[in-house]
Amino acid sequence: MNVPQTVVELKSITKYFGEFCANDGIDFTLQKGEVHAILGENGAGKSTLMNILYGLLQPIDGEIYIYGKRVNVLSPRVAIQQGIGMVHQHFMLVKLFTVTENIILGSEITKFGVLKYGQAEQEIEALSRKYGLLVDPTSRIKDISIGIQQRVELLKVLYRGAKILILDEPTAVLTPQEIVELMKAIRGLVESGNSVILITHKLREIMEVANRCTVIRQGKLIDTVDVSSVSEQDLASMMVGHEVVFAPIPRKISKGKERLTIKNIFANDRKGFPMLRGIDLQLHGGEILALAGVEGNGQREFIEVLAGVRPFAKGKIYLEQQEIVNPNPQKMFEFGFGNIPEDRQKEGLVLEFNIAENIVLHSSKSFSKKFFLNQEKMHSVAMKLIKEFSIKPEDSYCKCKHMSGGNQQKVVISRELFAKPKVLIVAHPTRGLDVGATDYVHHCLCDQRDQGVAVLLVSFDLDEIFRLADRVAVIYEGHIIGIRDTEKTTRSEIGLLLAGQKHD
Amino acid sequence: MINRQKSITENPSVLAIFSVVLGLGFGLSALLLSGYNPLLAIKVMGYNTFGKLRFFLWILIQAVPIIFTGISVAFAYRTGLFNIGAEGQFIIGALVAALVGYYVRLPMIIHPIVVLLCSIIAASIWGGIAGWLKAQFGVHEVISTIMLNWIALYLNNFILNFPQLRRPESEATHKVLFSARIDLFSRLKEEGDWYTFQTNHPQLADVFRAPITIGILLAVLTAIIIWILIEKTNFGYKLKMVGFNKDAALYQGVSVTRSYVSAMLISGALAGIGGACHVLGVTHEVAKLAAMEGNGFDGIAVALIANAHPIGTIFSGILFSALAWGGKSIQRDLGAPTEVVNIVIGIIIFFIAAPGIFKTITQMRYQRKMRRKQ
Repeated sequence: MNVPQTVVELKSITKYFGEFCANDGIDFTLQKGEVHAILGENGAGKSTLMNILYGLLQPIDGEIYIYGKRVNVLSPRVAIQQGIGMVHQHFMLVKLFTVTENIILGSEITKFGVLKYGQAEQEIEALSRKYGLLVDPTSRIKDISIGIQQRVELLKVLYRGAKILILDEPTAVLTPQEIVELMKAIRGLVESGNSVILITHKLREIMEVANRCTVIRQGKLIDTVDVSSVSEQDLASMMVGHEVVFAPIPRKISKGKERLTIKNIFANDRKGFPMLRGIDLQLHGGEILALAGVEGNGQREFIEVLAGVRPFAKGKIYLEQQEIVNPNPQKMFEFGFGNIPEDRQKEGLVLEFNIAENIVLHSSKSFSKKFFLNQEKMHSVAMKLIKEFSIKPEDSYCKCKHMSGGNQQKVVISRELFAKPKVLIVAHPTRGLDVGATDYVHHCLCDQRDQGVAVLLVSFDLDEIFRLADRVAVIYEGHIIGIRDTEKTTRSEIGLLLAGQKHD
Repeated sequence: MINRQKSITENPSVLAIFSVVLGLGFGLSALLLSGYNPLLAIKVMGYNTFGKLRFFLWILIQAVPIIFTGISVAFAYRTGLFNIGAEGQFIIGALVAALVGYYVRLPMIIHPIVVLLCSIIAASIWGGIAGWLKAQFGVHEVISTIMLNWIALYLNNFILNFPQLRRPESEATHKVLFSARIDLFSRLKEEGDWYTFQTNHPQLADVFRAPITIGILLAVLTAIIIWILIEKTNFGYKLKMVGFNKDAALYQGVSVTRSYVSAMLISGALAGIGGACHVLGVTHEVAKLAAMEGNGFDGIAVALIANAHPIGTIFSGILFSALAWGGKSIQRDLGAPTEVVNIVIGIIIFFIAAPGIFKTITQMRYQRKMRRKQ
């Protein structure tokens, strides 16, 4: 290999938000033709650093060199001119526009004010062939899958002539197969001379695709390492700051009695479209059953049915042989359902409330004397749970909006477990959480299982499913198309089931 | 620099004071531009606000309606609703007060209480309609309350069409009975020998020329009760939960629809008390309305300046009233347009509603500095 050419150099970048130091003198270099991962826990400052490079934020101190030249990146426009492109975690596409229209948006080629649509389409096709990012330029965004939408985002950036690509948590929303495709695409990009910065906290991906990895912790640069010379364990320890032992989740052999029985549930989504078409499922005490499925196959509606917020047209729900008629959230709670919803910020917490207020979210009545809330009791229970679940900060008056994702999730979990549920419905419990918090959540769920709670884990992440679950049920187009013992199945079999292919 | 930026944008009271100062600054500049002496204007406004006890009492008296509508809007806002309908609820409260205050005969002390209760019931139904429409049919409360404002206005005028319900040869209701009134010396002024009192006690009379009502005390008391309701009770906690995040509330088994209805019932009642106090204490009657009086709309501004804090509405209501009073005085004494006051209020709200402006300004200054360095 010839001498590496440095394309981006960040020198002692410092950024404060109020008194909070998000980046403390961080140095970073990106070389031509490399994939450079930035690893860090949530809130470690990796997105801040990249937003500074992309011109969305201004540093208090530090210098940015692009191709060896000092640049003040005052806005994304400057960054784009310098050949930097960023693909955000949440796609920014116009749903009703075609692929071509989305890609040329903002950099249209025109002749006398008329859009040269045909030329644009050809250019996009050439570009997509060059990088193996195959898309149909004429289809509309609303008709294509998330994985393809991401390709459109990548093409959009490339179309603007970007040579330096920043990908912010690109795999968070992809299926296992789509992740494989993306990894291939990233490799293709760097082989043809581009450079990629990959923001992630998924160690597996870093090991697979990255050349170097920069670890950031609490706004400080920990180290930049060659990925080939370290192990997953090393990276995890560097990220968290202490030795991380992924204690294996102990299996449990004995399964309890049948706890929750779902019989032939039919339900519609918000628009009246039938999303659940006859779900049958049995959940036993003391087991973790994973419900896997590609988004939009009915798992969201299924959770909502079990939370009591979505009425169902047909079917029956039994808890320990007792039918639950006309469920509503309060009734489900009284029956002993615990619910850790998919979107903790939207459904699980009131961010403007403090920890104590969030802890009593569905039991405020038992915390009040006549009309008045018993603040003392609320806060003493909250402090107990804060200690028990090691929630940071240790202040029951802290508003949840000021907390990290992992600690927010801990608040939700502590609230649900405080009620001692019989059935625990858990949806994507570790989405957006760092390694340490993920491990903590996993062990929490495992403890619940050992205490005989029936746990339904709705997840997307096969790592998580294989680590935790005893059985995995795959939902496809509103049906359960297969249930497997996790010990007797493989990733590829589940992958095929997720795609709706059944082989038995 | 960072810390100062944070304190301005994140501490609501600092932001409010800062905005008021800026608003006054803009208003005075507007006067200067139109050829009036701003220093003189300050002097005139200052004298007319604090110069005599009577002036300040007038300001307090006129603050009462907008404090009540302000609490009404603030309360609804905290529960996730934007009550544009305080105007209509105020009209209904006032109308019912005028009718019950004249046609029902009751002893003193009991009479105003009964009148207030009737106004509360009527106005809370008026607000509750909007809450029910939202809960039942998903009608946005902004739309329904705006329409209910007009319905209230025309209902008021319609009722005053009946000759039995109004004073002969007038467009207004009968004056409410003395037993129902809540202002001091009302009977003395109207039927007694006010002239003799005035000559005997000129200083006292000067003060009591203003209809001093217990309305301001009621307003302060109401603000405190609503604050306790929002901050300390289980009921308020649930209303707030829906206001902050209705999805989470739904998942926790709180009935969002019921919360909307109860919030609008209470919000309507608050504006209705304002209407009743105004009738029982100041006007003693309601007249046909050619247009909206604006008590409810001013309440929105009052609530905004108070950052939707019930106690804060007391101060912002008084400020609002003082500005309106001062505006009249500069028109009278200097011939300057009273609209200057609207500029001041507009600027205050502008800066309060858009704290991001401060951030942008500091950001721009930083960028310019960086460019200069380059």
